[in-house]
Order: sequence, then structure tokens, then C-alpha cells
Amino acid sequence: MTTYYTKDHEWIRVDGDTGTVGITSYAAGQLGDVVYVELPETGAKFARGDDFAVVESVKAASDVYAPVSGSVMEVNSALSDAPEKVNEAAEGDAWFVRVKLADADELSGLMDEAAYAVFCEGL
Amino acid sequence: MGMNTQGRPTVPASAFTSTFETVSGSRGLLQHEDLLFEIGTPETSGVDLPKPKGTKNRLGGVKRKVDTGLPGLSEPQAVRHYMRLSQRNYAIDLGLFPLGSCTMKHNPRLNEKMARLPGFADIHPLQPQATVQGALELIDELATWLKTLTGMPSVAMSPKAGAHGELCGMLAIRQALIARGEGESRKRVLVPESAHGTNPATAVQCGFVVDEIRADARGRVDMEDLKSKLARTDDIAGIMLTNPNTCGLFETDIKNIADLIHKAGGYFYCDGANFNAIVGRVRPGDLGIDAMHINLHKTFSTPHGGGGPGSGPTVFSGALAPYAPVPFVKKDEDGLFRLVEHVDGDASESFGRMVAFHGQMGMFVRALTYMLSHGADGLKQVAEDAVLNANYVQARLKHVMTPAFDGFCMHEALFSDAFTADGIETIDIAKALIDEGYHPMTMYFPLVVHGAMLIEPTETESKAELDRFCDALESIARRAAQGDETLKSAPYLAPAKRLDETRAARKPVLKWTAAEVERLAAE
Amino acid sequence: MRYLPLTPEDRASMLATIGARSADDFYSDVPKAARLNAKIAGLPDHQGELAVERHMTKLAAKNRSASSGPFFVGAGAYKHHVPATVDMIIQRSEFLTTYTPYQPEIAQGTLQTLFEFQTQVAALTAMDVANASMYDGSTACAEAAVMAARVTKRKKVIVSGGLHPHYAAATRLLCEAQGLTVVQLPVAIDGEGELAKSVDGETACVIGQSPNVFGTVTDLSGVAKSAHDKGALLVSVFTEAVSLGLITPPGEMGADIAAGEGQSIGNGLNFGGPYVGLFACKEKLVRQMPGRLCGETVDADGKRGFVLTLSTREQHIRRDKATSNICTNSGLCALAFTSHMTLLGGKGLKELAELNHEAACELADTLGGLQGVEVLTPRFFNEFAIRTPIDAEAVLAMLDEAGVVGGVRASRLFPKDHFGDVILVAATECTTTEDIAAYAAALKEII
Repeated sequence: MTTYYTKDHEWIRVDGDTGTVGITSYAAGQLGDVVYVELPETGAKFARGDDFAVVESVKAASDVYAPVSGSVMEVNSALSDAPEKVNEAAEGDAWFVRVKLADADELSGLMDEAAYAVFCEGL
Repeated sequence: MGMNTQGRPTVPASAFTSTFETVSGSRGLLQHEDLLFEIGTPETSGVDLPKPKGTKNRLGGVKRKVDTGLPGLSEPQAVRHYMRLSQRNYAIDLGLFPLGSCTMKHNPRLNEKMARLPGFADIHPLQPQATVQGALELIDELATWLKTLTGMPSVAMSPKAGAHGELCGMLAIRQALIARGEGESRKRVLVPESAHGTNPATAVQCGFVVDEIRADARGRVDMEDLKSKLARTDDIAGIMLTNPNTCGLFETDIKNIADLIHKAGGYFYCDGANFNAIVGRVRPGDLGIDAMHINLHKTFSTPHGGGGPGSGPTVFSGALAPYAPVPFVKKDEDGLFRLVEHVDGDASESFGRMVAFHGQMGMFVRALTYMLSHGADGLKQVAEDAVLNANYVQARLKHVMTPAFDGFCMHEALFSDAFTADGIETIDIAKALIDEGYHPMTMYFPLVVHGAMLIEPTETESKAELDRFCDALESIARRAAQGDETLKSAPYLAPAKRLDETRAARKPVLKWTAAEVERLAAE
Repeated sequence: MRYLPLTPEDRASMLATIGARSADDFYSDVPKAARLNAKIAGLPDHQGELAVERHMTKLAAKNRSASSGPFFVGAGAYKHHVPATVDMIIQRSEFLTTYTPYQPEIAQGTLQTLFEFQTQVAALTAMDVANASMYDGSTACAEAAVMAARVTKRKKVIVSGGLHPHYAAATRLLCEAQGLTVVQLPVAIDGEGELAKSVDGETACVIGQSPNVFGTVTDLSGVAKSAHDKGALLVSVFTEAVSLGLITPPGEMGADIAAGEGQSIGNGLNFGGPYVGLFACKEKLVRQMPGRLCGETVDADGKRGFVLTLSTREQHIRRDKATSNICTNSGLCALAFTSHMTLLGGKGLKELAELNHEAACELADTLGGLQGVEVLTPRFFNEFAIRTPIDAEAVLAMLDEAGVVGGVRASRLFPKDHFGDVILVAATECTTTEDIAAYAAALKEII
């Protein structure tokens, strides 16, 4: 399993042709207390860069963009009842969706963990 | 001598200063008060009604199954309930209320008295028009004032508030584009990034697409960015621009902007929220504007009422006037006033009806009372004093705070948080003002200035009040610059401490239920 | 100029502090051609209280107030008695002259009353949650329609033939601006049930009204079921809030959204405004709701307190993606509503509703007993439609001469629907037996 990162602070952990997607701990820290996560429906299809979810703090609502194209196989419905998980475990239990990748080649445009760390350093 | 040592002590004993809990939960004049649902019962009533006879019924069985169960209070209990709650509110009648872009000025009591005359308060919107000629005349008279003050030929009186006025203006633009056969092709509306949130929200409510334009280093529309957004013109519907803008500055290039938009085939909507700065000094009609709403609850002193009601009459240029909504008042040749209520005849090109009746009559009465009180001469003085007061605040505070832009401001002074030490934020300064007895300024708006603090004192503050306010804010600003950590927990002296907004949003409790009370008790 | 505290000396000293010569300096950014140096022509100068009061009183005297004689006008606004306490409460400076409660530490008064208001509206409509008010019933109805379209992601709105035509117009306007289609069913006195037949798989919502504009009360449960079977929502509208003390409320009929006018409770007629829109919905739809919401929380000391919440739905945060553009609402009218509701209590509201119904029944029996007058509304709460043997406009004009304001001619609301001989008539707790007798006597004379 390899984890990739976007410049918009999403991560995707890839296992074969499926990927688990969430937002990074850095993003969760920047947002402050997450109070609500709006997730897509299972079966929904997205192209890379489409907004597929919304994450809200008290004072802001942010779109979450699809790191790669694909279709939603599963959503993390636990987040509806416990949005605070995003602050506690953004890159673990607080994943947003599992997707079936449409085109694994798209992963090559993303950053690895080290590159993302450098990217955040520069912000 | 016959020495009498009886009686009460006349000098206080040394003060007992530490905080303590009272048995009642009250703190002196600040009385404890539970929720209505915890003190009332459904059988209690503060209204004496004759007993229903219960002999007649033509409901056809469409009857409520479960009673509301809503608690009532006797009149003395009800009076105390609301009086005690009222004591937890700040108000313009208590002190300076410097919310930028909100124009919290004194609300004259004559306005209230006039609005309660039975001839205005106790008339029905659908009673025969012959029986409400005075009401229609009042609307017409107020319309004349608004048209004259703005230099615009037409006004729609029915919008219910500022955002509703924006909707009115943008729907007129939509209708004008439809009439030109360009309703489908012209969908792009330019909105500065400094705009109030209602502007982009309104544009989208009308089916338009928002294209943001940047502010320049002077806090005005970035003309280069505007021109680049007008490289393509065949999809331009118009622009929504606030003037004076949300940075408290007059848009210097406003005539150019109007010309560019008109040349591109679009219309110019002006958000008139800040009209107080220019009333009697500048007529929007001389600036190339096509539509502008006026907040009667800002410039014309009708009370904000804790969030409304407002009133947002919207003036139109000749180009948009034919598309204005129904209903409107028309004076016929025989001197009688008449309501035009349907889209035909005098209103054949109207975009339609926005609202059930004729607008916020209660606010019209108050606004006209205010206008007549001030007159043309007084309103000009209103604008000048409002701008003078804001510039005075800016001048007094610019040495300890960071003005967002150079030069004079209009009716509000804008500061950034650049002067604060690390860890101290705008909100800490705002909350510390509460302890000093003031309502905070508008904070974190406009978005184009970091940690924005927008201060609008209005013209109804005396110099002495302004000085007291500036002294307080100056001292807080110095503490913020020094990194005084005690600011983080302010306010200390308000009826409530800082509230947990995260908790409210994560597990919303939007009404009282007995179960919720039990859950809280268990925690 | 009694509202301006600055003295000429103040102004001079302040200008000196600022470093400006005169107020003109502050307007130097205004294009030269647009600068006005003299005061605006064509408007009078300032006046004292007495002069202004004279002028306004003269205008007010040209109107006939509802309390000055027998009065039977309804159709969306109602003449009810408002207790003196209510007007005293809303004139308290702390409520009257404060802003939207953006700083909760010094606005708990407003916030707690809003929380109580929301609880009362939810109970009255039998819905899960209510917001902190809309402008009025008509705009609440329009917002309900576009909210239903967001929830269902569908684009068709079906409107009953009994929906108040002003509500229907406001709804059509907002819907069409957003690319939705509005299907208006034929105007009918007793046609709310037709909604059940017209709903299809593309329908976002059906909008029915009870009591409708002709006064007809209808149980919309069947409509709700048909709508839900097709994946559509029921928006249940009312213009007479007092009716909900007695008739089946939206929640008991399965409505997904309730939208209505709250003027009847605590608010005067005011020639059409300001009023207070009531808006409630099922809990699962709350994030698509328009308008402000007040929620319970605790402060830093752990004490119960209230804040505006779920604000990310709103324009000041979500901007172009907001659920609505509404900002200022009807705060003070909501306070009038909630304080009147508190004075009434549940039992008082029910009795008030019964008194309204009885007055309307007596009026219907009396007018319906006149030769040539027909009561058209089959089931009603406190208003109904009558047919007169001659043109309604002429009837109302003659009633007016007899000192009776006899109702609304239906053709004023429906100019194209052949209601020339129909009058909408309302009675409330303010209507006396003498008022009804005066109406009957005058009408008998006319026809």
C-alpha cells in the first residue's frame, strides 16, 4: 500500500485498484474543529479534481476534491455522527471514501509523503 | 453628651472581591431566568378569553390530534421572563454599537410613536383602496424622497430587507436581459472579493454565475483585473459593487467601472448598505448605477430589532425601471392613489411579484418620520458627521492599531490585526471591548484584510462618547501588541463567558426537549 | 437637529485632530461631476417633532383602521387582538435597538427568545425543527420550494389551486430564476387533494395550503403519501397561524417542510408588513434549511447558553453556495410572536382558535341565511368564500358606505379566474355578534 498526496491536502492510500481517500492532518489542523462532513453516495462517479465532499468547521466550509477519477465503493458514515474524528485521526480512522480507481496512471501526478511534507513546509 | 450609637453603618466595610456563587443563580440586578419550558405550564395563561361555546363546528374533521403542549405564563411572570432576558442584551440605547457596515445609529422614538398610529398599524393590506389613501400617499411620499436622494427615476418599495432588495435588483437585470433576448447567454456577474456574502448568494439565487474580481492595494476594485474579466463581454450580465465599499472607501473609479460594464452590455448593481456615508452629498444616479437597494434599517434609522425586520426599497435607472416588481403605487390624474398589483397594464414588463403584500409599511412610516425630522439639510449633515466620526476614530487609533489603507475613510474605519503580538487575535480584542462596556466592531470582515476590524461609529455619537470608546480600545490595542494573554479569556464581566460554538454545531440542539435536559444533567 | 450631538466646536476640534480642513476633504474620491455642494433640491428642511407628528397624523387619518368598525378582511393577514404586554416587550430598548446576535456573550436575551421561538414554532407545526424566522409567509413558501429542489435534486414544483396567489407568484419567481419549472394547478376552492394525482417521478415537491386562500381546511396526509411514494416532498403552507391550535398541523399530515405566516400571533396588520415567516422541517433536512438557526451550548464556565449555529449554510460563510441569500430576518416580529404565544399558552391558543372558528361559523350561518348568498367553502377555520347575487366590487363599495369592511373581492387576487361575484370573508375573536348583525343587515339591504 502506498499513500499519495495532493496540493489541495487530500490523501489517497492505494491497494490494488482501490483507494482510500481523506484529508490530511495538516488540513484538519488548519480548519480547526471539524463539525460536519458531507459525503457522496455510494456509486457516485468523480473525475480527478471534482469536489466530492464538504468538510465544515464552525466558521468555514471547504470542498474536498477527488485526487483521482473513480467511483465510490464505500463511505465512512461514522463521520456523520462523530465529525471530531477528522481532527483526531485525519489520516487514519477518519477516511472519507473508498473508491475504485478509473485510471491508476493518474497517481503519478501526486506527491509522496516526503514531497508533501516539503510542500507543507513551504506554505 | 447623650451619645446615640444606634443606626446603620454609613461607610462600606472593606470590599469582598472574590467571585462567589449565589443560591438563586442571580447576580444582583442580573436575575437568573430559566427557559420558558421550565417555568410555564400549558394550562397557565396570561390572556383572559371568553369561554368557547363549543356548539358549532365546520372543520369537517380536519382537527389537530395532539395539542401543542406549549407552556404559558401569567402576565406578571411573562413580563419578568422577558425583562430578565432583555438584561442580557447590549443595545444602541445603552452605548456605542460600532458594527461596521451595520450603521447602528440612534433609533428616534418619534418613529415608534408614528408607526403605532392606528391609521398605519391597524390597516389591512387588502382592504378597499379607497379606505387606505393615506397609506398609499405615504408610500408615494417616501418613494419621492428615495428617488430624489438617489437621483434615480424609479423605486420598488416591496423588498423586505437588504438582501431582498439585492434580489429585486438582480431579478430586474435578469428580466432586462430576457427582454433583450440574452437571458440565456449573459449569465456572468462580477463581484469583488471584498463583497458582503449576500452579493454572491443573491447572484446565484437568480441563476447567475459569480466571477470574483480582486481588490487592489488601495482597497478598491483592481481595474486591471476588472478589465481582464471583461476581455470577453458577450456573457456579461453585470456587476455587483458596494459603494462606499466594505473597506469603508469610496470607489474612485466608479464612473469608469459603470462605463466599462455598460459598454460590455451589462448592468451595474450597487449595494447601498453604506448609503449613510453619502446621503445628501452624492447621488448614486450621477454615478452610472442601474439599481441599488437602500436599507431603511441602516441609513434611515428604523430599529434592527435583534435581527430584523428590515426594509430594502430598490431604486432603478430608466433602463431597468420597466422591469420593477409589482405591486407599486401610482398616482392617477384625479389625485387618487392606486396600487398596481398585477403584471399587465401599467406593469406589463414587470418581472413579477416578490412578496405577498406591499412592503414593510411599519418601516416606511418610521423612515419617512426620520426623513421629515432631518430634512434635506439634516441628512447632508448626517453623512458629514458619520464620516467625520469615523475619521476621528481612525485618527485617534492609527498610532496603536494598523489602518488597513492609507488616507481618509468614509463612514467606517478599517484596521488589520498586524499590530497584535503572536497569539492574540482580532476576536480577543473584540471580546475585551465587551468588558469595557462596548459592543465589538465587525470582525474578520471584509475578507480581504487579515483579521479585519471594521468600526462604524455613526453620526449619533457625541465626541465625548467617541473619546471614551477610543480610550478603551487604545488600551486594549496596547495590551494586544504586548501579547497580554488575559485577553484570550475575555469577556470576564459579560452575562455569559465565551460560548462553545463547536459543540453547538457538532450536535445541534435547536429546540427544548425534556430528554435533552436529562441528557445534560447526566453529563 | 436633535439627533446630531456634535457641536460646531466639536467638529472643528475633530477636524484638527484628523488633519482635514473640512468635511469636503473626505469626499475627494468622489468624481467631481458627482459632488453635491449645496443640499439636494426639492425636499423640505428639518422639522421639529410637533410638525412631523402633524404631518404623519394627517396621513394616518385618511385611512380607516380595522378597529374602527365591523371588519371582515383576511386572505393572508388577520385582525387579531394583541395583548398590551407584547407591545411593551418589543419596545424594550434591549430587544428593539440591538443587532443580530453575532456576539453571544452580550446577546443571550435575543438568543434565548429565538430558541424559545424555534421550539414553539416546531410544536405549533408539529415539525422537528424550526428556524429563527423568514421575512413572511410568501417568501418562506418560495424558499421551501427551492429547498425541496436542493434536497431531491429535482426541478419540478407543483402548486395547488388553493395556494394564496401572492405566495404562488413569489414562489414561481424564485423557482424560475433558478431554472426550476412550476406547475400551477387550476384555481379551486376545494382542490388541495388534486396534488396527489399530479405528482410524478420528476417532482421535487408539491405545495398545498390548509386553510387555503378560500379558507378550506384539508387533511393533506394523502397528498403526503403520494408525494413520498414518488420521492417528492410535501410543503405544507398556512397563512393563519392561529388555525394550528385547532386544525391538523403540517407535521401530523406528514409534511416535510412547513412554511407559513406568523402575523396572526403577536403582530398587527401594518398594511402588509413587517410580518414573520415561519419555517420548519424534518430534522434530516436541517442542513438544507435557509435562514438563521439558534442552538443550545455551554459557555466557558459550563453554563447553558445559546449561539447562532450551522452558519455554514448561510451567505456570510458559504457565499455563492449558500442555501439562501437571506440575512436580516424578522427578529422583532418573532419576539412579538413568541411573547404572545407565551401569554396564551397551549390551552389559551386552543381556546383562541375555537373562538375564531365559532365567530366564523356564526358569520357563515348568518350570511348564508340571506336570500341569494351562498357559502362556497365546504370546511373552514375562520374564513370562507361567499357568492353574492351581484358584482362583488359593487357589494363591497356599498358595504363600505354602510361602515362595514366586508372582505376581499376574489377577483382582486385572481383577476383572470371569473370570481367576479365572490368575496373572501374572515372573522376572528375581534368579531362581535353586533359586527355580524351589521354585516348581515347591510348586505340584505344591498342585494
